[in-house]
Amino acid sequence: MAYAGDAPKESFRLSMLIYDTRFRSITIQVIVLILFALFVSWILNNTVQNLAAKDRGFSYDFLWNRAGYDISQRLIDYTNDDTHARALLVGLLNTLLLAFFGCIFATIIGVFAGVLRLSNNWLVARIMTVYVEVFRNVPVLLWILLAYVVLSETMPEPKDFKVTEAMIAAGEQPKAHMFFGSIALTNRGTNIPEPLFDRSLGNIDLGIFLVSIDLLAIIAVLVASFVAWRRLNRHAHVVQDATGVRPVTWWKSLLIWVLPIVALLWALGFHLGYPTFKGFNFTGGINVAHAFTSLLIALSFYTGAFIAEIVRAGIMAIPKGQTEAAYALGLRPGRTTSLVILPQALRVIIPPLISQYLNLTKNTSLAIAVSYMDLRGTLGGVTLNQTGKELECMLLMMLIYLTISLIISGVMNIYNNAVKLKER
Amino acid sequence: MKKTVFLGTLAVAGALAGVASADTLADVKARGELICGTNTGLTGFAAPDASGVYQGFDVALCKAVAAAVLGDSTKVKYVPLTGETRFTALAAGEVDLLVRNSTWTFSRDTDLKFDFVAVNYYDGQGFMVKKDLGVTSAKELDGATICIQTGTTTELNLADWFKANNIAYTPVNIADDAEGQRQLVAGSCDAYTADASGLAATRATLADPENYIILPEIISKEPLGPVVRHGDNNWGDIVRWTFYALVAAEEFGITSANVEETATTTQNPEIKRILGVEGDLGAFMGLDKEWAKRAIAQVGNYGEIFAANIGESTPIGLARGLNAQWTQGGLQYAPPFR
Repeated sequence: MAYAGDAPKESFRLSMLIYDTRFRSITIQVIVLILFALFVSWILNNTVQNLAAKDRGFSYDFLWNRAGYDISQRLIDYTNDDTHARALLVGLLNTLLLAFFGCIFATIIGVFAGVLRLSNNWLVARIMTVYVEVFRNVPVLLWILLAYVVLSETMPEPKDFKVTEAMIAAGEQPKAHMFFGSIALTNRGTNIPEPLFDRSLGNIDLGIFLVSIDLLAIIAVLVASFVAWRRLNRHAHVVQDATGVRPVTWWKSLLIWVLPIVALLWALGFHLGYPTFKGFNFTGGINVAHAFTSLLIALSFYTGAFIAEIVRAGIMAIPKGQTEAAYALGLRPGRTTSLVILPQALRVIIPPLISQYLNLTKNTSLAIAVSYMDLRGTLGGVTLNQTGKELECMLLMMLIYLTISLIISGVMNIYNNAVKLKER
Repeated sequence: MKKTVFLGTLAVAGALAGVASADTLADVKARGELICGTNTGLTGFAAPDASGVYQGFDVALCKAVAAAVLGDSTKVKYVPLTGETRFTALAAGEVDLLVRNSTWTFSRDTDLKFDFVAVNYYDGQGFMVKKDLGVTSAKELDGATICIQTGTTTELNLADWFKANNIAYTPVNIADDAEGQRQLVAGSCDAYTADASGLAATRATLADPENYIILPEIISKEPLGPVVRHGDNNWGDIVRWTFYALVAAEEFGITSANVEETATTTQNPEIKRILGVEGDLGAFMGLDKEWAKRAIAQVGNYGEIFAANIGESTPIGLARGLNAQWTQGGLQYAPPFR
């Protein structure tokens, strides 16, 4: 008997695009893609038409014009004669500074709070629960404003630190004192001593900003110390493995860390420059404006609350058997957490942690609420206003935030790949 | 077939691409309401009163335009705008008219594509400090921390003036007047700089105004006035001439109280033209005969508005100074209604 021949070749009909499951998903994707392309072209078309109707061009030339405004908090030299582009850079560095310290503090706070929330100590666990719930459930802008208002309303005014000759004659004390004679907390900022070098090595001019050779030297020495310390430890391991006795290393470690850096600082003529009251404000020293401090506090604690939950979830994802096995090996609870639980929990923690870092970085754009001149304050604030280039400034600002976020994300993904479970 | 549908859709999308209408007068009349951009809160110039209705010197101009165009000075929707958002809102067509202590400058007039149609207050930038700071001149402010509203001309004037006088300062960029006031009172700023009129208004709202002084230096020219979008000249004319009708009314002694009586009894041809008794000036701008009469009747003349909102009998207590009529040695000068 003959087998039935091949199924008759079906000719392609248009209706198959909808009724044939082989084509349907492609059809839908193509339609959605076309609609999306239409939407994008409509937006672009609208923008171009409206710009033309208003007789407004689209150009970034304004970035090279004189900015004309002053910025008080800055990491690099800037005067009002510099360009808008440099003002942008000043703002960008302020944003990055805030994001950098914010991520570090938020991580520390979050890890502590997350671990302590699982503590067997009832009181500690409850306090951490209250912290997490309170910070997580109130908008971060309110925390920023609260921190700022509290700092600027409760601290003494700079003039309260003033000591006049009449006061010395009358034996009066000023209304406010500096801590340890070196740190002044005023209602404007925190004035801390600054490191100064008598025999400074100078600066390298990179064109955009100056890099202190002193700082580079210090970093180089610290890196060298770290490498030496690692070698010392490795040697100790080898000896321990061979003989079973670990050689005493603590005093050698101490020497490796302390001696070179002290020698370098002495060679550079290191000393501290203390803030002193002069005129209206403190001069000398480093002035950390309360705008920065309040942002750092609010963003760290706010994001820390989310990180605490992530850490708690990560720890709870590790089976109880791991803890029991560690106890069975005789590890104390502290070492169990740091050596057994946390390293495994990291694999669960890292991916959501990246989102929190990105959130914190983007939340720094709330800085203008407390007069901190970040990227949003310079490029998206004063520059946008004084030049009237809304579209250009907004697009550039979005591009910069996108770039920062992608970089953070990329770096964290590299770290994630390093700690994730490797299947062999 | 598909191709035609595609092209058709494109054409529709092109047609939908909304371009802000160039005929503001028709828009306002169709809407039956004037949308006026004002200050978020500056006592005397634009601030909500106890019942939440905006009142003030700038607000009065919005009301006058509404009275002239729509016949009712209450048909105004006020949109409070900060120094940062005001020009974007105007450019985007969110407001028909911006009366928000905005300084007329070259670049705003040309580069930003706006028209400053008149100057309703001639101002200058000043400094306010606490009395116990012991400062009597702005030149003694070397090293001081100065609060300044961001997105304003004062920001640039300040930088220029301190540079010209070769003294240093620390700027604190604040978002609005209320924050500047708080920081000055808390002592976070040694000085607060803004338009002198604004400082007087701020000082009047403080709990202890006697402990604050406004320094004598005026470091800039700040001609403040109503702003409209560039390109709709008729709308600009309406705002400009409504304002000048108020100024001319003061010059000719027409007040909200006697406007009806003046219209019937006056023999002065110019007054007759302003009040629509003779000729039809309003028609040139697409308005009726009595546009100016309604504006004067409903909000009063320039002098009345000044005296009621910011004059010497109010807590703000500003003298007329540069804003007196030209006949009194001031700069307020209405061109002829002819």
